[in-house]
Amino acid sequence: MHKFANPARFLKIARPLTGWLGWGGGLLILVSLGVGLFASPPDYLQGDSVRIMYVHVPAAWLGMAGWTGIAVASLMQLVWRHPLAAVAGRATAVPGAVFTFICLATGSLWGRPTWGTYWQWDGRMTSMLVLLFLYIAYIALDDADRERGGEGRVTAIFGLVGAINLPIIHYSVLWWNTLHQGQSLSIVQGKSSIHASMLWPLLGAAIGFTLLFGAIVLMRMRAALARQKVEARMRRLAA
Amino acid sequence: MNHWPFILGAYAVALLGTVAMTWWSLAAMKRAEAAAEKPGHDA
Repeated sequence: MHKFANPARFLKIARPLTGWLGWGGGLLILVSLGVGLFASPPDYLQGDSVRIMYVHVPAAWLGMAGWTGIAVASLMQLVWRHPLAAVAGRATAVPGAVFTFICLATGSLWGRPTWGTYWQWDGRMTSMLVLLFLYIAYIALDDADRERGGEGRVTAIFGLVGAINLPIIHYSVLWWNTLHQGQSLSIVQGKSSIHASMLWPLLGAAIGFTLLFGAIVLMRMRAALARQKVEARMRRLAA
Repeated sequence: MNHWPFILGAYAVALLGTVAMTWWSLAAMKRAEAAAEKPGHDA
């Protein structure tokens, strides 16, 4: 990982990778959502509303994966002082917050026809809402720290501490009696209770959104590095 | 209950959010990289 510590080396890889991830992800999303909307079967209990799964599950996965990325970047920043770690953490925060919001909004729209309510203060939904608030706090803290000329250490500590919410989200459906269904897909254990006709478009959408998420993070990192370059030039000229 | 208004609403939220964020990030990247590469930008 340290061989990518050099921004010039990072940019050499990030420039072509941004386009590949973006176009590949976008294409996979379109195909998977097309199959999910028009070709996959309705669920025997939930009917057509199950099609919301193809956008809701990838958004939930990316909301949690985004904070995992922030926690890893924070650790690298605090322990190894990796120069790109703070940039990566910042670049992940806004897309992570947007996908967490999409997860909450699509979950709410899925809840109305299946549970009869848009919202319930149960473990899974409340812990996802807490994740959204954590993202907003992280972004505000990072902005305030940068305005004060800080190195982002406070933000990194917050990024690590906030990771405590991730196992709470994951196990909320086991720890508490909730309206939200339990886990029906485990990548780690290789288990799934979803029929193949629904599983493949779901996996396609999840991979597609993940590739696009990667492209967005790279775009934001490249923008941050370019701004740092301009700021450094300004400081040199002012000195 | 007709499920399709909820399905279309969910897809609209997801796709509009994703497209808007991608567009915003791409525009910010292009703007920042153009400013960084511009000769005499800060002169």
